[in-house]
Amino acid sequence: MNRNKNAFTNGLRDGIPIALGYFAVAFSLGIVAKKAGLDPLQGFLSSLLNHASAGEYAEFTVILANAPYIEMAFVILVTNIRYLLMSCALSQKFDTDTSLIHRFLVGFGITDEIFGISIGRTGRLNPYYNYGAMAIALPSWAMGTAIGIVAGNVLPLSVVSALSVALYGMFIAIIIPASKTNKIVGGVVIVSFAASFAASRIPLFDRMSDSMKISLLTVIIAGLAAVLFPVKDEDTVPTEPDKEVAEHDA
Amino acid sequence: MTHNIYIYILVAAAVSCLIRVLPLTLIRGKIKNPLIRSFLYYVPYVTLAVMTFPAIITAPQIPIAGILALLAGIAAAWRGVNMMGIAALCCAVVFVCEAVSAYII
Repeated sequence: MNRNKNAFTNGLRDGIPIALGYFAVAFSLGIVAKKAGLDPLQGFLSSLLNHASAGEYAEFTVILANAPYIEMAFVILVTNIRYLLMSCALSQKFDTDTSLIHRFLVGFGITDEIFGISIGRTGRLNPYYNYGAMAIALPSWAMGTAIGIVAGNVLPLSVVSALSVALYGMFIAIIIPASKTNKIVGGVVIVSFAASFAASRIPLFDRMSDSMKISLLTVIIAGLAAVLFPVKDEDTVPTEPDKEVAEHDA
Repeated sequence: MTHNIYIYILVAAAVSCLIRVLPLTLIRGKIKNPLIRSFLYYVPYVTLAVMTFPAIITAPQIPIAGILALLAGIAAAWRGVNMMGIAALCCAVVFVCEAVSAYII
């Protein structure tokens, strides 16, 4: 029980910078939602249930166009397809006997950032860590959207600009230490940077959504890395239990 | 025909939820195939790297602020600064950089 409580506290702690970043980004999303005709409650609900920036942006575009419901389903599938890969990756970080309800709730809570910090945990993943992060990050995202609809952009542009890199800072905090300890991961990260930059410049990719680009590059690069540098069992299996107690006490 | 916004939201939420939940609930055990295991091992690092760059450079108002935030973040991560510290550092670099450039220009 104590372990779960510590995991929750750790998740809450790591969720704070995510919540701050979300709040700022959700403001601008709220402005788009307002244009699409959503009231604050609808914006709040949408962000609480769907919680994906690009996915929701696409969602509001569909609403604005008064398009068929089936188009909504397709657009969301395409813009959010990367979560499928993230969910697959997380499945390997769980204890095999983790219950269905924990799997469902952690899956529901996947965002780019919450996935990022979950992968950053050493050892097995304790679902309560995710619940802690979700408890602070998701309401912040939903409130930001609702307030954005009511108030427009109330934060100064310089603050929004500064907060916009918070989430990338968190990603750096995960990929760089891993690159330092594992040279192959480091090489994979450099190749990913280069390929992503190239994709942003090549006109061929212009019509592809950001999420599609992310998913496509992930499948190609991670696939090549898997063929060229297969990992040994001990690298992929988190054999040690989760470290919630040790870290929290330290 | 006009559509109901609540139904739109429900459709979007249902599809997002299925995408997020299905693999986690269907893949109950450890995957044995070494190729798939290796693939899933690399997935997070590739995804996070692809999302970070070049987006971190285009997110702030001026690109140089993003470049400096990226470099500062990498240097701090290399030295073992924690996640919250790196996120705060990146924000501070962008804020200072844009404030300074506003004075210069």
